[in-house]
Amino acid sequence: MSTTAKQNGLVKWIDSRLPIFTLLDHSVGSGYPTPRNLNYFWNFGSLAGVTLIVMILSGIFLAMNYTAHVDHAFNSVERIMRDVNGGWLIRYIHVNGASMFFIVVYIHIFRGLYYGSYKAPRELLWILGVVLLLLMMATAFMGYVLPWGQMSFWGATVITNLFSAFPIVGEAIVTLLWGGFSVDNPTLNRFFALHYLMPFVIVGVVILHIAALHQFGSNNPLGIDAKSDKDKIPFHPYYTVKDLFGIGVFAIIFAFFVFFAPNFFGEPDNYIPANPMQTPPHIVPEWYFLPFYAILRSIPDKLGGVLAMFAAIGVLAVLPWLDTSKIRSTKFRPVYFWFFWLLVLDCFVLGWAGGKPAEGIYVIVGRIATAYYFLHFLVVLPLLGKLETPKPLPSSIAAAVLGSGAAPAGARMEKP
Amino acid sequence: MLKKLVLAAGLTLGLVSGGLISGGLVSSARAAGDAAPLPNQTWGFHGVFGTYDRAAAQRGFQVYKEVCAACHSLSLVSYRNLRDLGFSEEEVKAIAAAYKVTDGPNDVGEMFERPARPSDRIVKPYPNEKASRAANNGAYPPDLSLMNKARVGGPDYTYALLVGYEKPPADVQLLDGQYYNKYFPGMKIAMPQPLNEGQVTFADGTPATIANMSRDVTVFMNWAAEPELEKRHRLGVQVILFLIVATGFFYAAKRRVWADIH
Ligand code: HEC
Ligand code: HEM
Repeated sequence: MSTTAKQNGLVKWIDSRLPIFTLLDHSVGSGYPTPRNLNYFWNFGSLAGVTLIVMILSGIFLAMNYTAHVDHAFNSVERIMRDVNGGWLIRYIHVNGASMFFIVVYIHIFRGLYYGSYKAPRELLWILGVVLLLLMMATAFMGYVLPWGQMSFWGATVITNLFSAFPIVGEAIVTLLWGGFSVDNPTLNRFFALHYLMPFVIVGVVILHIAALHQFGSNNPLGIDAKSDKDKIPFHPYYTVKDLFGIGVFAIIFAFFVFFAPNFFGEPDNYIPANPMQTPPHIVPEWYFLPFYAILRSIPDKLGGVLAMFAAIGVLAVLPWLDTSKIRSTKFRPVYFWFFWLLVLDCFVLGWAGGKPAEGIYVIVGRIATAYYFLHFLVVLPLLGKLETPKPLPSSIAAAVLGSGAAPAGARMEKP
Repeated sequence: MLKKLVLAAGLTLGLVSGGLISGGLVSSARAAGDAAPLPNQTWGFHGVFGTYDRAAAQRGFQVYKEVCAACHSLSLVSYRNLRDLGFSEEEVKAIAAAYKVTDGPNDVGEMFERPARPSDRIVKPYPNEKASRAANNGAYPPDLSLMNKARVGGPDYTYALLVGYEKPPADVQLLDGQYYNKYFPGMKIAMPQPLNEGQVTFADGTPATIANMSRDVTVFMNWAAEPELEKRHRLGVQVILFLIVATGFFYAAKRRVWADIH
C-alpha cells in the first residue's frame, strides 16, 4: 500500500504533516514485517477487533431505541424486536455478537497459552490482554442487565452482592454499585451509562495492545524469534488477505446463529420481565462466565469464593513469571503438550459444573476442577519448566518452513 | 497449508462445539424441576426455510380469542399485527371493534370507552395482576406474548402442557385449585385444563380435537413471540449464500497471493 499510496500528492502532503498513512502502513500494511509461518490461530486477534467494531455499531443503534428505566426497559427491547425497522436484526447481532466475542477471545487466549505468546518479551502485551478480558466481562455483565428480564435482575443481584463479602468496604461498594439499597432503577441507569462507556475504554486498551504487539511483532507457531528477512513477509498483502478469509468464515458462523438460532446462547428466563418478588429456580450467568462461576461456588466461604474467582484471572496476569520454561511453542514441549490439553478439558469441566445446581456431585466435580486449575498454573508450570527436556529448536523459521539450506522461494520482507 | 487449515478448523470447531455441548447440557439441566421429558414435535416454522402455516395460525388465534383470552393477556401484540397471519384489513377492524378500550382524557377531562382500533394492543382480560390473581385462586395467568421463547423447549413445551393433563397418580395430593400436568415443573399447575374436545368450531372444518387446537394455538403463540421469523429466515438464506460466495473469493485470493510463498 505504502509505495503506491505515497505517490499520490495529497496523501504525501497529509502524511508529512500528520503521519496517519505511515501509521497505517506500519500497523497493517506492507511496512509491518510478520513471521511467514503464522497459522490460522493468528486470525483470532483480527476477528476480535472486527467483533468489537460490530458490537459498538450495533450497540449504538440499540441505544437509540432503548429506555433505561425499570418500568420500560423490557418493553422497549420488545419494541426494538417488533416495531423498529430492522430492530430484530440489530438486537440479535448484538446479543449473539457477545457470545461470538467470547468464543473468539477464548480461542485467542488459548492460542497464546499453546504457543507461549505470553513469554518475554511479550509480557505487557499479554497483561493488556488480561485487562481486555476483564473489561469485556464487566461490559457483558452490565449489558445483560439492560433488558431487565428475570435473569438480568437476579444475575445482577447475585453478582453485585458478591462484593459485600469484602470486609469493611464491602457494603459500601455494593451500595455504590446499586445506587441504593437493592438492584433498582438507579442500578439500571448507571449500568447503562457504563455499558456505553466501557467499549470505548476497550478500544483504548486495544490500541495499547497493538502498540505492544508491534514492538516485537507477532510470535509464531515455532515460538522462535524471526531474525532474518527470510523469516518474514510483509503483513500486507499476505496477512490482510488471510485475515479477510478468516473474517468471511467467521461471518458465516456468526450469521448462522443470528438468523437461525438467535436464542441458542440465551436463557429463556430472560424473556420473563424482571420480578423482584419471585426468584427463578436456578440463577445462572451467561455461558462465558460459567467456569468462573464454578470456581466461585467451589469455595465454601463467600469471601474465599470471590477471591478465588478473581485469582483465576489474576493468575493469568502473572503467568509470564509462573512459567519457567524458556521454550515458547508447545510443539517443542512434549510434556507441557499434555498439560495444555488437560487445562482445556478442565475449563470445559468447570463450565459444565458452573451451569449445574450447586449440589451433590456437581460441587465435588467443580471443586476438583478448581483445584486443578490453580494447580496447573501455580505448581505444574513452575516445575515443568525445570524438569522437562524440550525437543531441539530449528535454527530459524525459514529453515524449518522451507527445509534447511533451501533457497527461499518467492517473497520476503523487503525494507519499504 | 491445506493440512494446517483443516487442523485449525478442526480445533476451532472442537473448541466451539465442546462449548456448545456443555451449553446444551446446561439448559437441559435447568428444565429439570421435576417434570416429564418433552416429546419432540415437528413444526413448519422450524428449519432454515420454516414459515408459519397461515391457516393453522388463524385457527390458533381463534382458540386464543375464544378460550385463553379469558385469563391470559397478549400485551405485546396489536390487532394490526394480525394482518401478518393473512387477515384482511376489514377483518382486523371487525376483530378489534368487538373489544372496548378506555381512552382519554377528552376535552372535558373525562376518560371514556370506545371500540378498539387496529392500532390498539390486544385487550387484556384483567386490568392488572392483582385482579387476575383474585379471579384465579391467587394464581397469575402469565402474558402469552413471549411464552414460546420464555420456557425451555419453546413450542414443544407449550404443546405438551396443553395436552398433558391427566388423572393424578394415587400418591399425588392436589390442593384445591391445583391440577395434575406432568409437563409442568413440579407437576401441579394452577391452570385448569383449558381445552376440551369440540370446544371451538373451526370455520374450515378442522376437527376441534384437543391435539389440533393445542397445535394451532402453539403455532399462533410462536408467531406472537417471533413475528420476525419468516423475514429472518428469508434474509438469513440470502446473507449466508452471499457470505459463502464472498468467502470463496477471499479464499481464492488468499491462495493466489500466497502462491509464491510455498
Ligand atoms: C381459567 C383461566 C385460564 C385459561 C382459560 C387458560 N389459562 Fe393458561 N394459565 C392459567 C393460570 C392460572 C396459569 C398459571 C399456572 C401456574 O402458575 O400454576 C396459567 C399458565 C399458563 C401457561 C404457563 C405455564 C408455565 O410454564 O408457567 C401457559 C403456556 C398457558 N397457561 C397457556 C394457556 C393457553 C394456550 C390457553 C388457551 C388454550 C390457556 N392457558 C387458558 C389460567 C388459564
Ligand atoms: C478486546 C479483545 C481483544 C482484541 C480486539 C485483541 C486484538 C489482538 C490483535 C489484533 C492481535 C494481533 C493478531 C494476533 O496475533 O492474533 C492480538 C495479539 C495478541 N493478543 Fe489480543 N486481543 C484481545 C484480547 C486479548 C486477550 C483477552 C488476551 C490474553 C489474555 C490477548 C493476548 C494477545 C497476545 C499474547 C497477542 C500476541 C500473539 C502473538 O503474537 O502470538 N488478547 N490481539
